[in-house]
This record gives sequence, structure tokens and C-alpha cells, in this order.
Amino acid sequence: MTDIDIEPTETVDARGAACPGPLMDLIGKIRGVESGAVVELLSDNEQSLTDVSEWTEESGNDLLEVVEADDHYAFYVEKA
Amino acid sequence: MTDHIVIVGGGTGGTVLANDLADRLGADIDAGDVQVTLVNDDPDHVYKPVWLYVPFDQREPADGRRRLDELVDDRIDLRIDRVTDIDTDAQRIRYRDAARSVEYDYLVLATGSTLAPEEIPGLPEGGHDYYSESGAERLREALLSFTEGHLVLSVVGTPHMCPAAPLEFVFMADDWLRERGLREAIDITYTYPIQRVHGNPHIAEWARPLMDERDIAVETFFNAESVDPDGQTMTSMEGTDIEYDLLVAIPPHRGVDLIAEAGLGDDGWVDVDKHTLEATAAENVYALGDTADTGVPNAGSVAHYQAGVVGQRLASHVRGRPPTAIYDGKTLCFIETGMDAASFVEFDYEKPPSPVPPSRTLHWSKLAYNESYWLTARGLL
Repeated sequence: MTDIDIEPTETVDARGAACPGPLMDLIGKIRGVESGAVVELLSDNEQSLTDVSEWTEESGNDLLEVVEADDHYAFYVEKA
Repeated sequence: MTDHIVIVGGGTGGTVLANDLADRLGADIDAGDVQVTLVNDDPDHVYKPVWLYVPFDQREPADGRRRLDELVDDRIDLRIDRVTDIDTDAQRIRYRDAARSVEYDYLVLATGSTLAPEEIPGLPEGGHDYYSESGAERLREALLSFTEGHLVLSVVGTPHMCPAAPLEFVFMADDWLRERGLREAIDITYTYPIQRVHGNPHIAEWARPLMDERDIAVETFFNAESVDPDGQTMTSMEGTDIEYDLLVAIPPHRGVDLIAEAGLGDDGWVDVDKHTLEATAAENVYALGDTADTGVPNAGSVAHYQAGVVGQRLASHVRGRPPTAIYDGKTLCFIETGMDAASFVEFDYEKPPSPVPPSRTLHWSKLAYNESYWLTARGLL
């Protein structure tokens, strides 16, 4: 995985989950954290690439980074 | 030495499995080589799909209740109690009403879903549901006296029981209100947490045009944050406010704390191999139905098919053979599209759903299945 300078507050491992599971797991976690917290979502579902970016734009949260690993993506979302 | 199989939960999955094992392992049970215990904290088995019809005054909650001791084979050791602790290392469980813990050789968790409306501030006071007996009865009272205003159906979160039921409710409400000459005085809005009207894109693509044709408004990317019962307003995480006169919500769902406490998975769902249904965090533990985190819908048909797979695998274990049965994600759903029409879908892990055109025949097929469900629970259908 690419080195990044982001320290997530929480991590959600949704690898193996079918759509819309990863996005719903992310939303559930964002619901429970403080403003400014960063949630890391791990997903191996391609649909998450569009799901997560569309939702963060709609909800006003900030998608800081998407990192592609060998078998999954890591999304870093900062709660507005 | 007797192999002890304990099934926790007497819903569709647990009950079908118990009867399946009584059938498969009857001779072994009679010989004392196998003991099967089904534990449930309610003496009744509840068939929840009946609740969809209660708000429209078509069924009574009692239609969905039968005593477990009338449904479960006599060879099953039925215990009305609650499991309060699971030790997967020692393979022991503890009952609420027993002094000593009990050993198991195989444990099957079929504890199902519980509702958590309190997770959304204001929702318990401001919203109705038809995902519980009491909720369905209260909603019936509200709906029967509702003659004008804004009816909002909000799917607060997923996963939830019967993913088709929110669509069914708005389609049925639309038709029911038209029949009563009230539809022009009542607006209907449907909200969903993601960017389409259903989690499965194929079902969403089928349902959306039907909603548009029937003037059912849609609000997607709506994740309920709070409800103001006095102001009758619902606010989403995305910053959208919706005013309502009658709010029907699909509340957040959770499993049971017991599962997280045992280290088997988060939020009460057991992490499993989606084909074998074996828990990934412990040996000799299975989960099925809503309890198994497989990604397939939380539906009775899923629990039914999974029970058959777990039954075969357990029988193989008991007989010292390698288990070969696998679950392929098979799901069957009837989807009501009004008060006298329904569609039908069948899909699995590989094959996506393709809803068939709605018809009266499928509607009556759904009602006929609901009547014959008790044969399913007994393991006969």
C-alpha cells in the first residue's frame, strides 16, 4: 500500500461485503464519530469507488484520499 | 458418546433446521447418539411477513404466531430460555434460567434481527413501523384515520429484514389509498440511504419507474439523523429536511449483543464463510438467516435454504464424513406491487435478480405461500 500521511480515527473493514454494504458501513461509522474525525474504509468492491465519492459529495463530508492496495481500496473520509 | 447440537433461535432458520435435523438424524437421536436442542426465549414462533398486511387491516398479528412445541418435531429438545453467554473455546453456553453451563459439540446461531429505533433521536416518538407486532398495530390505527397530508416511508438503514418490504409498503399504500378515494389528498415520499431506491441495482432499476408512474416521490441519499416529533420533521445526515404528517420508518437493525461479546462479529452479525456458513472466528459454530453476515438479503427464503445446507453439513460431521453442502446465495422473494398484484425474483451469488411483470397470479401465490408457511416451518415444504 502507498504510504500516506493520514491517521484514521476509526477503521471499517468491509472487505468481502457486497454493495451497498461498504457504503452503509461507512455511513454507520461516520454517524458515531465527532466532526473532524477520519474514518478509513477498506473495501474490495469496485462499486465503492463511485458510491463513496458520490455520498461524500452529497453529504458534505470530505473524501481525503483513495489508496489502491493489491486486493482492496482504502478510502479516507473526514467527517464535516 | 452423544453429539450435542444446540440451535439458538426459533425463527424460520432455527425451526426449519431443527425439523431438518430431526428428519436427517432421527435414527441417531432415537439411539441416543445425537441430541438436538432448540432454545428460544419465546414459546411462540413468529412469522413476520404477516406484519406487512396488518397496517392495511388485512391480517392480525396472531395470524403469524404458532407455538413452537406444535411446530417442532418431538425428537428435538425444546428449551424456552435465553442463552446469556457463549464460550467458543470451551464449547459451552450458559442459559439464563439454569445454574450450570452446558457443553455443545456444534452450535448454530439463528438469533435474527432486533430493532434499534432509539439510535435515531426522536424516531421512537415520531415514527411508526410495521417491523414489530406492536408497531404494525399502532400503524394500522394511524393509517385507518389518515385522510390527508404527507406519508413518508423512510428506510433508515441497511441491512434490514426483508429488503423488498419498504417498496411493497409504498406500492400497497398507493393502491389502498386510491381504492379509498384518498390518494389525491395524500402525498407519498420514499427515502433510501444510497443513490437509488433499493440496495440491489437490478431491483432498483425495476422499481423506480413504477414509483414515478404512481407519483411516489423519491428522496435518495437520505440517511436519517434525527426526527422532531413535535415539528413533524425528519432531518438527514446529508442536510435534507422532510416534513411529514405520518412517518413510517424501517428502523435501524442490530443482532444480539451475545454475538459481539463472544467475539463472533460486530453488531450482532456472525462473520461466516458465505458458502459453508461456518463462523470464521470459532470452530464448530454456524450461523444462518439474518445472523449470518453473508451479504444476501435478510429474508425467510434465505434462512430456509441455509437451514438445509447447515443440516446437511451437521449430519456429515456427526457421521464422520466431510461436509460437502454449500449455500449458493439462493434467494426467492415475492414483491407486492399493490393490493392485488405482485412480482417475483429469484437470484443467488452469481445470478442477479430480474423481477418478472406484476400479476394477480403472483399476488395470490404470495398469499398462498404465507398460508402454507407453517408447512415450511415444520420442514414439510
